[in-house]
Amino acid sequence: MNRKDVLDLDDFSADEIERVLVGAEAMREVLSRPIKRVPPLRGKTIVNLFYEASTRTRISFELAAKNLSADVVNVSASGSSVEKGESLVDTIRTLQALGADVVVMRHSLAGAPYLVAQHLRGSVINAGDGWHAHPTQALLDLFTIRQRFTRLNGLNVVIVGDILHSRVARSNVWGLSRMGARVILCGPPTLIPDFGANGHRAGLPPVEIDYDFDRCIQRADVVMALRIQKERQVGGLLPNLREYVKLYQLTEERLKRARPGALVMHPGPMNEGVEIEPAVARGSQSVIEEQVTNGVAIRMALLYLVAGERADLAVA
Amino acid sequence: MQGEGNVDILIRGGRVIDPDGDVDRIADVWVRNGAIDEITPPRTAPEGRRGLLVLDASDKVVCPGLVDVHTHLRDPGQEEKETIATGALAAVRGGFTTICCMANTSPPVDNRALVEYILRTANAVGLARVYPLATVTLGMAGRELAEMADLAEAGAVAFSDDGKPIMDSAVMRHALEYSRLIDRPIMVHEEDAALTGGAVMNEGPVATRLGLKGWPGIAEEIMIARDLLLLEHVGGRLHLAHVTTAGGVDLIRRARERGLRFSAETTPHHLTMTDEWVAGYRPSGKTAIPYDTDTKMNPPLRTEHDRQALIDAVRDGTLDFISTDHAPHAEVDKMCEYGAAAFGITGLETALGSLLGLVHEGQLELDLLIRRLTIDAAHSFNLPAGTLRPGAPADVCIFDPNHVWTVEPSRFASKGKNTPLKGESLRGQVTATVCRGRLAYLNEERQSIVSGEEVIA
Repeated sequence: MNRKDVLDLDDFSADEIERVLVGAEAMREVLSRPIKRVPPLRGKTIVNLFYEASTRTRISFELAAKNLSADVVNVSASGSSVEKGESLVDTIRTLQALGADVVVMRHSLAGAPYLVAQHLRGSVINAGDGWHAHPTQALLDLFTIRQRFTRLNGLNVVIVGDILHSRVARSNVWGLSRMGARVILCGPPTLIPDFGANGHRAGLPPVEIDYDFDRCIQRADVVMALRIQKERQVGGLLPNLREYVKLYQLTEERLKRARPGALVMHPGPMNEGVEIEPAVARGSQSVIEEQVTNGVAIRMALLYLVAGERADLAVA
Repeated sequence: MQGEGNVDILIRGGRVIDPDGDVDRIADVWVRNGAIDEITPPRTAPEGRRGLLVLDASDKVVCPGLVDVHTHLRDPGQEEKETIATGALAAVRGGFTTICCMANTSPPVDNRALVEYILRTANAVGLARVYPLATVTLGMAGRELAEMADLAEAGAVAFSDDGKPIMDSAVMRHALEYSRLIDRPIMVHEEDAALTGGAVMNEGPVATRLGLKGWPGIAEEIMIARDLLLLEHVGGRLHLAHVTTAGGVDLIRRARERGLRFSAETTPHHLTMTDEWVAGYRPSGKTAIPYDTDTKMNPPLRTEHDRQALIDAVRDGTLDFISTDHAPHAEVDKMCEYGAAAFGITGLETALGSLLGLVHEGQLELDLLIRRLTIDAAHSFNLPAGTLRPGAPADVCIFDPNHVWTVEPSRFASKGKNTPLKGESLRGQVTATVCRGRLAYLNEERQSIVSGEEVIA
């Protein structure tokens, strides 16, 4: 794979996704060792450039980079020249001059990583941009689903919640569709954007939209609940959280109606008691913690693929 | 710089298209004493003589200088984006000899001193004719009316808070009523701000794909509907700026059927580009990087369905004419994240070339396009322009309809290099522009002077 950047999954073929998932399996093996460190990115500098607060994604990338023996620099928007009004392009030119091999970036505005990729000779990995994309999250979700089902093709995946503002949902739509799964988007109509109709889909993969969670969960092999943010109520998109909980919370009662053995997923951070019942989040069907562990493996695989010297994945 | 001492100009052997004078034939155009003197059958070359400039227009089209009632010159206050001088030069390079500049400068043109400043500066520059618009409301705040009668007397040809909608229906009603006194159009930017907060591109699947906040077409249509109802109720003169949706076209068509009188325009970019451009699509087959901030404009690029409806509306006259909405910005305003970028696209130097694309595709007739870019705009705004009738001001555009050229913004006269057409090919290019009876622009590679003194204003 000769890929400079990982910006979204829309330009990943099924083959390429497959190669990342296989790579992540090898990385999972590394993570199971007592000493989880391998040398392939020794001497490489990876910058975590986070313009938006993030704990889990940033730590996940940091661990992934360190496990591959890279040097990691964390830059957050506070305490840097960003606060002094420096433009994104200037920041990137500086990081370039300082010798960054890979920039992992999180930004509140959609498309920001595309701007960075134009100005950086090194690689850019998108760790979430606005509502647009979160490709590493989607890949770890694919990995986690496949770990349990050994396949993705033909599965029904219900993504429930605030689709409109969700980069996780968008990237999963691409990744799941490419791998042959059927995506069902569920939530209140105010939180589901226009995915178009036949012939006017802007290249988006076909998705099913269902406002009725109780109905669509019956077909679910996987239920992915998304974080619902309180400010959506202020924005007039929801009457209140009480009504949301009533209609869309993933409860034990609802989960019983899903297909037997259906997986429960959540990209985190969770609002327990809002989009998901605490008992479901920690129940036997939940793979939420597994997602977190797999996230490190996926990020190791991607870092290796964009910055590793060797073409194969012989990391041992 | 202009006025006295004009040489005579003979524009020889071109296809002369003057929709106002119902002319479309190979002919010679004579300019004498700063006015169109006569259009004569083509003759073999008269001997060059002192005081006569002869331009060879064979294989070229000769038409009235183009008229653009919707240009942002940014002067005063944002001279890093454009000045009256650079804008007026960009105009003549694009074939425009008459432009009306928008009032959303810094500070906005809401007082006589600023109208006079623009007229004085433009006159000193001496290229395209520049007519200022003034604001409808003081400070473009949408609350109190500006002194429209005083501003009109100073030279404001129309009134607009363009860039901002007038959300208060009572203010808009009073503006329309007051326009009956001054007999100048109230030019409105239609956008229901409650529906567009934070929006950066057209609402729809492309916005969904890109994760950008969508700007629904109805935000424009609701306001068009409101203002057409207000117009019906109180009268006055209304001009709808940059109409961009099929729904808006439909409202306008129905209002005209009810007998309402008003005018409406659309832009070259809304006639030739769609929201797919934001995602990197180009009809040329080239793929651009998504989130090109040069595709960010207000109103946003719409869908192919809207675009086709706009073309139909230009063809059947539902939309009266085409204006550029030339909106130059500095590099720093655009070299940033899509959500943070300024809205706007430059247009003066690419308008004719992009619109000729519609002619080459068979979507518009050439004489109709010229009509929409000249006399129709001039009529709506009562401007002495847009015609080659004998006695008219000698404002002439000469273009090669078939020359294919690549858009290189670094070569623009405009300070604004912000166009998603960069690197694209256009077929049709201005080769010379005569304005105020003088040669205001000459493309030396493409336009030969047969004889005479080369005089560039």
